[in-house]
Amino acid sequence: MSGTNDIRDTFFLECEDLLEALEEGLQEANEHIADGAIDSETINAVFRAVHSIKGGAGAFALNDLVHFAHTFETVLDEVRSGALMPDAEIMDLFFRSSDRLVDLVAAARDETPVDLSENQVLEAELKKYAPDEEEEVEADDFQPMGLDFSMDLPDLDFDDDAPAPAKAIGFEISVRPHDAFYACGNDIVHLLRGLSELGETTVAVETDAHADFDEIAPEKSAATWSVRLITEESEHVIYDVFDFVDGICDLKVDPIHEETMEDEPISDEAADPVELEVVQKIESPAEEAPVEVKKSEVPAPVKAAPVEAAKPDAGGKAAAKTSRATIRVDLERVDRLINVVGELVINQAMLSQCVKEAGITGSTDISSGLDEFKQLSREIQESVMAIRAQPVKSLFQRMSRIVREVASATGKRVRLVTTGESTEVDKTVIERLADPLTHMIRNAIDHGLESSDARTSAGKVETGTVTLSAAHRSGRVLIEISDDGAGINRERVLQIAIDKGLVDANAELSDTEIDNLIFAPGFSTAGEISDLSGRGVGMDVVKSSIQSLGGKVSINSIPGKGSTFTISLPLTLAVMEGMVVEVTGQTMIVPLTAIVETLRPEDKDIHHLGTGEQVVSVRGVFIPIFDLGSILGYRTTKSYSSNQVLLLISTDEEQTYALTVDSIFDQRQVVIKGLSENYGELPGIAAATILGDGRIALIIDTDGIYGMNSHSAIKTQQPWIGAA
Amino acid sequence: MALKVLAVDDSLTIRELLRACLTNAGFDVDVAVDGMDGLEKLPEAAPDVVITDINMPRMNGFEFIDALRGGQSPTTVPILVLTTESASELKQKARAAGATGWIVKPFDETRLVSAIRRVASYDA
Repeated sequence: MSGTNDIRDTFFLECEDLLEALEEGLQEANEHIADGAIDSETINAVFRAVHSIKGGAGAFALNDLVHFAHTFETVLDEVRSGALMPDAEIMDLFFRSSDRLVDLVAAARDETPVDLSENQVLEAELKKYAPDEEEEVEADDFQPMGLDFSMDLPDLDFDDDAPAPAKAIGFEISVRPHDAFYACGNDIVHLLRGLSELGETTVAVETDAHADFDEIAPEKSAATWSVRLITEESEHVIYDVFDFVDGICDLKVDPIHEETMEDEPISDEAADPVELEVVQKIESPAEEAPVEVKKSEVPAPVKAAPVEAAKPDAGGKAAAKTSRATIRVDLERVDRLINVVGELVINQAMLSQCVKEAGITGSTDISSGLDEFKQLSREIQESVMAIRAQPVKSLFQRMSRIVREVASATGKRVRLVTTGESTEVDKTVIERLADPLTHMIRNAIDHGLESSDARTSAGKVETGTVTLSAAHRSGRVLIEISDDGAGINRERVLQIAIDKGLVDANAELSDTEIDNLIFAPGFSTAGEISDLSGRGVGMDVVKSSIQSLGGKVSINSIPGKGSTFTISLPLTLAVMEGMVVEVTGQTMIVPLTAIVETLRPEDKDIHHLGTGEQVVSVRGVFIPIFDLGSILGYRTTKSYSSNQVLLLISTDEEQTYALTVDSIFDQRQVVIKGLSENYGELPGIAAATILGDGRIALIIDTDGIYGMNSHSAIKTQQPWIGAA
Repeated sequence: MALKVLAVDDSLTIRELLRACLTNAGFDVDVAVDGMDGLEKLPEAAPDVVITDINMPRMNGFEFIDALRGGQSPTTVPILVLTTESASELKQKARAAGATGWIVKPFDETRLVSAIRRVASYDA
């Protein structure tokens, strides 16, 4: 079959949706186990999700998956039918089974081996709630169309040359359809045709005596069909033909044996004149017609035109959540589109520049047309970005699994609260956020939340709460992970940092600086490396992966009350708002989000330090001045002169510095073009863009600049490289 | 004219599989995502054979068959039920609703096509 691989991909994509629906349904059900008011549609949806996964998996012979899904589904069916009332314990089992299903789907997709013993443990637990296995076995016997070759390979019988005693050479088959036979859309012709494919057939029909014409009911059955089939097939093959009509017709199959044939071609029903005539036809070889209908009153049901869509009362059904009308598009195509639109934006900027240089200003047709063009290209850009945007819901749902796992591993009682699940973020951001978020959630439970006892004695409720929220704020996405635990133990953090040589022993650090130490490479607060939060990676990896997305992470911790980690991310990785500046004749872009303010200080506010460094006094605070031109090697002088401009930059570590540039042009949206692929990581440079006049401008890595210059007590800086 | 099949299943994977198999076999294929959708598409699709799943949101397979067989102008279009369960009980239920036959998932192409040909009133 062509395109099987495409369909396989489709299956795994669909699985993602189904697993999401499963998780969502289970959570909804879980909220109602106490009051016992679980919506039947919720259970149905959960059942369907597992059922569909099983169905699709079967098509690709993913047997481990099918088997597990089947066991799971069987128990869900018990719930669905009302035979089983889920309690907390059962819900927990469902959640674990759902998690297992996620793993199995992933393993099947990536074709990695699975640990079947884990399946068996869960299956054993599930089977405690399932009806007896016996039913299942029985059910399998009835499989008519499945891949059960053992019962459907007639060749086996055919090849068997052993002279079976009195082997049948054919069958006498008699069929009397019931009314339901026709009501179900069956047609005797198909059966006769099916038989004729097995061998030589001769057919006779005996119709009932008719009453008056008026009384003829065309939809009723009024005939008995007799077929004489000469075949080497065995009896069950005959029954297979009647598989669909079993129970809605009277069926009699009698084998014809060789002796019977030789001695007396007509069997015990010889009295039937129609039969006689037909049988004679068999004996004359010239006669070809395999199917012979003797009388014309075949009760062929009238094939009605398709029903005018009989709409069921729409209000009555608890209408399931309407599925989103979606199409699936290859991500590569979307990215190509985004790229082209990026070019369009640049092109539009170039055109504006040309028009300006040609001296066309004011309200000419050209400039108003250009304004419209600018507006449209902006709109196109936003719409294209929206294609890549996805709600963070799927990401958050994955986290609920992490919470369960960590909670059970640490023995803590944890509740996960999520808000803002419908907040949309770029798909790449969502994908790349999964690992850092997982780590932060683990940390929040493992390190953030106290043990039940500690919580009780601190006067808190025993169950800890971890809150995960997402929101759009001023063109960025904020994701917050907060716990109501003990907060960061700053004394301990500082001590560890000093012990590990991350800070000087006599360093004076603010609370925020201490909190940020947990992001330092090689820092681990856990006394013993816990296999949960540990895994050899620390918060520094979390931080650098967020930074690689152009994001920032900050901490707000209150002792005794808990900690909040805030991740701030750009809406997209493809464009950014930038300030266009000039340094020694070079045009450069400074990310707008990093700029706190711009200023031209008076000379009296500039102070010289002994080392040749300068600081600027802004509202009584001294801020170091870094000269962009000298940092990037364009010039050697680095002292500020009054015709220059200072940009006040805030770093991820909440450090502030002033960046000297020669002049500021304007602020605009720029399309990010990555450099790291071709040039590797350049210190102080995040990426590049193409300006309206076609020139290339570098995008400044404001954090990197700080790291290159600061003499901070904290010795850990990692430049962020934007745009992948 | 090719034999026309309307395939109703809520699983995209199964719909795509059916479409691929049946198109390959030379049939004209229309698909619907559940019973309700199936009913809406029926007049236009005017199928020679209907294939339907049982477990579907909004309107399940039994209700769908009921709607086809009952109502103001019942139709006798052959209906094949797609089912992962091979339980005879389920088949009886489908039969009672008016199904013509059934196909047990996972189906293979040959069996699927032969099952359709078995019930189709069209000599394709």
